[in-house]
Amino acid sequence: MRVGVVTFPGSLDDVDAARAVTVAGGEAVALWHGDHDLHGVDAVVLPGGFSYGDYLRCGAIARFAPVMTEVIAAAQEGLPVLGICNGFQILCESHLLPGALIRNDARRFVCRDQRLRLDNVGTAWTSAYEEGQEVVIPLKSGEGGYIADADTLDRLEGEGRIVARYLEHNPNGAMRDIAGVTNERGNVVGLMPHPEHAVDDLCGSGTDGLGFFRSVLAVATA
Amino acid sequence: MARVVVDVMPKPEILDPQGKAVHGALPRLGFEGVTEVRQGKRFELEIEGELTDDRMAQVRLIAATLLSNPVIEDFDVRVVEAAQ
Repeated sequence: MRVGVVTFPGSLDDVDAARAVTVAGGEAVALWHGDHDLHGVDAVVLPGGFSYGDYLRCGAIARFAPVMTEVIAAAQEGLPVLGICNGFQILCESHLLPGALIRNDARRFVCRDQRLRLDNVGTAWTSAYEEGQEVVIPLKSGEGGYIADADTLDRLEGEGRIVARYLEHNPNGAMRDIAGVTNERGNVVGLMPHPEHAVDDLCGSGTDGLGFFRSVLAVATA
Repeated sequence: MARVVVDVMPKPEILDPQGKAVHGALPRLGFEGVTEVRQGKRFELEIEGELTDDRMAQVRLIAATLLSNPVIEDFDVRVVEAAQ
């Protein structure tokens, strides 16, 4: 199972994401923003960071990077794609996921171990969890408030496409406490918190994030 | 040559924390009577040659696809310096 991790100029968590893939038992493949093909990977992670310095809007310029043309086409064909933090913003800018992410309502960058509830474990990236399972995953973002119009939010809830919600404390003003969403097919997932930072006890944030990477490995070997 | 300005603003119903921060600073500086501040972006595009309908349509496409995100922002396109 080969999982591609894209590096854009300004990506921050590509190395951690690649390591999380390895810890979960997969083979991480480095993809470059200027690549015109995906080198035959079985899944793609768009990592966190500040692609293109967050210029214009978070993810707005990365969305037009050459590699994204390939990622968008492959995602529409069913390739599993996980966007974490800045990656989630890129997926929204690419229209692979609905909605947008705006500046935190409290106007401060938030960095905390965040409790979440997984509401959809039928996606390519969450099948290793139990439905309703509560996990703790680090959140670190300044523009993490999920927003969409009421019709879109109702549709997401009606179709069970809200993957994860913030518990106990809404850290950024996200509508309906949304921390992550998926597309209709369940192969594309966007998540604001960082599961790749919670894969090793050594780092102090637990290992609850490992399930995201184990899930996609199970998809490929199924 | 022509200069076309694209103004991009957060939609009225979208929370604008940056505008709120600016608004919050005004009383501290002794400015009163401002009831709201919304912060947006202004882009100035220098257009080569004559500003035809096709070119304007292209600018609108640029505004809709790259300069703004229609989920959270509205944009307005206007010509500030017509061809001489």
